[in-house]
Amino acid sequence: MYKVKVFVTLKESVLDPQGTAVKGSLHRMEYSEVQDVRIGKYLELTIDKNVENLDKSVREMCEKLLSNPVIEDYRYEVEEVVAQ
Amino acid sequence: MKFAVIVFPGSNCDVDMLHAVKDELGAEAEYVWHDESNLDRFDGILLPGGFSYGDYLRTGAIAQFSNVMDEVKKAAEAGKPVLGVCNGFQILLETGLLPGAMRRNKSLKFICKPETLQVVNAETMFSSAYEQGEEITIPIAHGEGNYYCDEDTLKQLEEEKRIIFRYKNNPNGSISDIAGILNEKGNVLGMMPHPERAVSDLLGSADGLKLFQSIVKSWRENHVLSS
Repeated sequence: MYKVKVFVTLKESVLDPQGTAVKGSLHRMEYSEVQDVRIGKYLELTIDKNVENLDKSVREMCEKLLSNPVIEDYRYEVEEVVAQ
Repeated sequence: MKFAVIVFPGSNCDVDMLHAVKDELGAEAEYVWHDESNLDRFDGILLPGGFSYGDYLRTGAIAQFSNVMDEVKKAAEAGKPVLGVCNGFQILLETGLLPGAMRRNKSLKFICKPETLQVVNAETMFSSAYEQGEEITIPIAHGEGNYYCDEDTLKQLEEEKRIIFRYKNNPNGSISDIAGILNEKGNVLGMMPHPERAVSDLLGSADGLKLFQSIVKSWRENHVLSS
């Protein structure tokens, strides 16, 4: 089995109102060192190890559904796991 | 003219939409469940507001892969009028029938109130019953109506006069005050404000009715007068 960890974030050019609100809160808590906060999504996919082309298939999933390429970027990490 | 009101799990403005076109406009209309695979019997498609599939992942993201959306794409290609309101607009963006994407409202709040819109282009099949530049009152009700597109797309939308409605006092942070946009061909309109909630004076405004009247007028000109 593969465990694929997908990270979806807003593109740099897109303002993130949630991140801005969280940054404001951190500043009020006196963490003035925080320069920027960006909020994203984390997805974990468990994928059969017999998949033909893992990268191709994960990229397609990310581009078609898991992220919206107009406003979001994605990256992913693959871990091989032994089924119990 | 017969309208389909598409119902997804989580749609909640479908009843208002059907009421608007059937009872106030006087057209034929039917609910169509999201797994329907043939829309040939309809002349116009209405995608109502709500929270299709709970808005999981992103607004409209799951709905774009419903069976019925393949049919909606076909209807759009065939030149039939397709109107997406609120969540319907979000679905049209995810499907790629309209350009751009929605972000959370700038204030991060769900906003539900009447808004003043300006009719920016009154020469479309959705707006011909309005006067150019007319100001109308239509309610909004959304948490993610902050429209975004890149600069090239915005330039294209402006040059091709595909921005149909603009907010007078931008409530959500939308780029260029955009409240509603049209596709290239001119038969797919997406808008965040709810015209179906403004179809009689009892509701506070009847300004939305002209939008539906425009659709019927255009359809009659193309189908009834010529035959």
